[in-house]
Amino acid sequence: MRNQPLRPLRALRSVVITSIAIGVPLFAQSVPDITYDANADVLTLPAYGEVAGVATNSKGHVFVYARTGHAVATLGDERTFYHNGSRLFQFDQGGKFVKEIGQGVYAVNFAQQVRVDPQDNIWIVDAGSNQVVKFDADGRFQLVLGRKPENINVRPGPGVPASGGMPPEGAAAGGRGGEGGRGGGGGGRGGGTPGAGLPGDAFSRPSDVAWDRAGNVYVADGYGGNNRIAKFTKDGDFLKSWGQTGSGQGQFNQIRGLASDATGNLYVADAGNKRIQVFDGEGAFKSQIGNIGTPQAICVSGGSTQYLYSSNSNDSESMDHGEIYKIRLNGQIVGKFGKAGKLPKEFGIVNAIDCRTENDLWVGEIWNWRAQKVTLRR
Amino acid sequence: MRRVHVCVVVGLLLCAAPGFAQNVAGPAKAKATTPEIPFESVQNFFKMPAGVYMGEGVGVATNSKGHVFVYTRSGETRLFEFDQNGAFVKEFGVGSYGFSFAHAVRVDKDDNVWAVDEGTNVIQKFSPDGKLLMVLGKRPDPLEQLALLPGGGQYSGANKPYSFHRQTDIGWDPQGNIFVTDGYGDSRVVKYDKSGRFIKSAGTRGNGPLQFSTPHAMAVDAKGTVYVADRGNSRIIVLDNDLNQKAVYDTVGAPWAVCISNTPHQYLYSSNSFPTGNNFDQAPITGEVYRMELDGTVLGRFGKAGHAFKEFSSIHQMDCRNPDELYVAEITAWRVQKILLRPQTRTSAGQ
Repeated sequence: MRNQPLRPLRALRSVVITSIAIGVPLFAQSVPDITYDANADVLTLPAYGEVAGVATNSKGHVFVYARTGHAVATLGDERTFYHNGSRLFQFDQGGKFVKEIGQGVYAVNFAQQVRVDPQDNIWIVDAGSNQVVKFDADGRFQLVLGRKPENINVRPGPGVPASGGMPPEGAAAGGRGGEGGRGGGGGGRGGGTPGAGLPGDAFSRPSDVAWDRAGNVYVADGYGGNNRIAKFTKDGDFLKSWGQTGSGQGQFNQIRGLASDATGNLYVADAGNKRIQVFDGEGAFKSQIGNIGTPQAICVSGGSTQYLYSSNSNDSESMDHGEIYKIRLNGQIVGKFGKAGKLPKEFGIVNAIDCRTENDLWVGEIWNWRAQKVTLRR
Repeated sequence: MRRVHVCVVVGLLLCAAPGFAQNVAGPAKAKATTPEIPFESVQNFFKMPAGVYMGEGVGVATNSKGHVFVYTRSGETRLFEFDQNGAFVKEFGVGSYGFSFAHAVRVDKDDNVWAVDEGTNVIQKFSPDGKLLMVLGKRPDPLEQLALLPGGGQYSGANKPYSFHRQTDIGWDPQGNIFVTDGYGDSRVVKYDKSGRFIKSAGTRGNGPLQFSTPHAMAVDAKGTVYVADRGNSRIIVLDNDLNQKAVYDTVGAPWAVCISNTPHQYLYSSNSFPTGNNFDQAPITGEVYRMELDGTVLGRFGKAGHAFKEFSSIHQMDCRNPDELYVAEITAWRVQKILLRPQTRTSAGQ
């Protein structure tokens, strides 16, 4: 868009803004289709489940963070606790299973994302424990952000006294009161500004993690009660956060993904507002990208010319949409590929894209319980 | 005194709850007039590996080679494969996200194995060698489900295209279209094409035409006609391939389990199962299995309620690929029995 003549740009921008406002991708029909191959058989999960996250390291090993096994609520304790529910698997570049990482780890409850940083550390984002955990390249625990709510707040109901839902003792976070708009915490955890959150790592269903060149850590927080980006040092100390619930610049409505480019710009998948917002590393708004449907999973490719990919994932009650967009970092859409479905080469609620190299992707699907290896043909 | 009171209260709770689910009617209308079929039961047919135990026998099905698939609520819900001699072959989907509370297993014409799980609201399609091929439905977000604690899983009638609510069974027509009975939380039949794309659904809760009260099982014949076991209404509702109601069979009690043989002349079996819940008042008027023509004509019956071999304690699913050689899975005796029917006039279909 930057290269286009001024007058059409203005007209275009107004149309774009209008279309964002009414949620209709006016230009979708003019987006070229990208030819692609997909292989759903490269990886076989040791235990089947929803693939929430998929990522590669510099050696081409593949990490899958899946919702599998069982989330367990203990019975017989005075409070109800939440355990297990997800597993993190490592495969080699040929798709052979290597090992499992983080077995039994406190935070591994409801997989949301896995990412590998430039030093090949493995980071998982868990929307059940509200935690972000860093493992080194060998799978050793390194760092944790956020605190798991001490116990599940069971809503009062038949046979359960209202006092059964006490907030976790000593915890700053309001438990899970925020998600789905239920409970008392809601979006007000920032003490006034809805969705701004507390200054720290009290996440509410965090969705993604990214880094800049200095190793600072950015957490997308998230799709529960908070609508903010939180920034930490590489050691995990809180630096700042920005954002709140809303539809204006710098406001979010369900952040589903986050990615950074080589210059440290951050791309935020603002799903509820059907746009990707771009910020610098200090949280200053730079631009926004629309006409890409509802961005649920995003990534920025490696290489000298970086591209942004964004999935307009179907929701769990339709086979509409499902296409993935390839976008220049200036917002210009290069093309799209794929559609929603359950067959090989189709996409079922894509929640993760890995694009370490520009045209070789891994796509993780929640509906279809798999990670597909996707190759784009130019 | 105090202890006695507690016992009485507990006893009432245990007895009272399941009673609502069942139709406490008289004996099946056809029982008195239907001839008994002599039969045998093969004891200890299934050989479990050391350290592996059966739980509630909830699902059973065979493939074209005669291998038997048993879907059981054990310590965890598990899916086992045995060969035609009952030797253990393998387990499917160890540790899967889709196994929580077994309900039914079926094998399609290509020997793919489909597991219907009413805990996770998911149906998994496995290849014969155990590879996951397709997933229908979506396990609810566990955190959102916390809102339903305690209890939960009640009837909602949500009728969503790609989500189930305690779905109960699956079947296929010759074109590969997929039919799902759904279930406890909905009261409908859902149709998908073979790629899993939603086509339509039909049915609401009630006892009128095209209404169901716990559609608990289903079978599809070679013409693509759908037979729905409307358990709560003690009837089988027959639907055409587009889910329009064609007929009602209401003489064989409450159909907990139905199956159709895989033979040129097809037979329909329906189990008027002894209900779970320890209400032995039900024992004399339940427990038998009916053999029927597809048009609803009742040909015979066998079995009665009880825990001994050759008796049936809450049959939950039956396989009748061979109409004279059945496998029946029972909830409360933790077993699957292999049943050899010896009808006095053998049908050509069974040979």
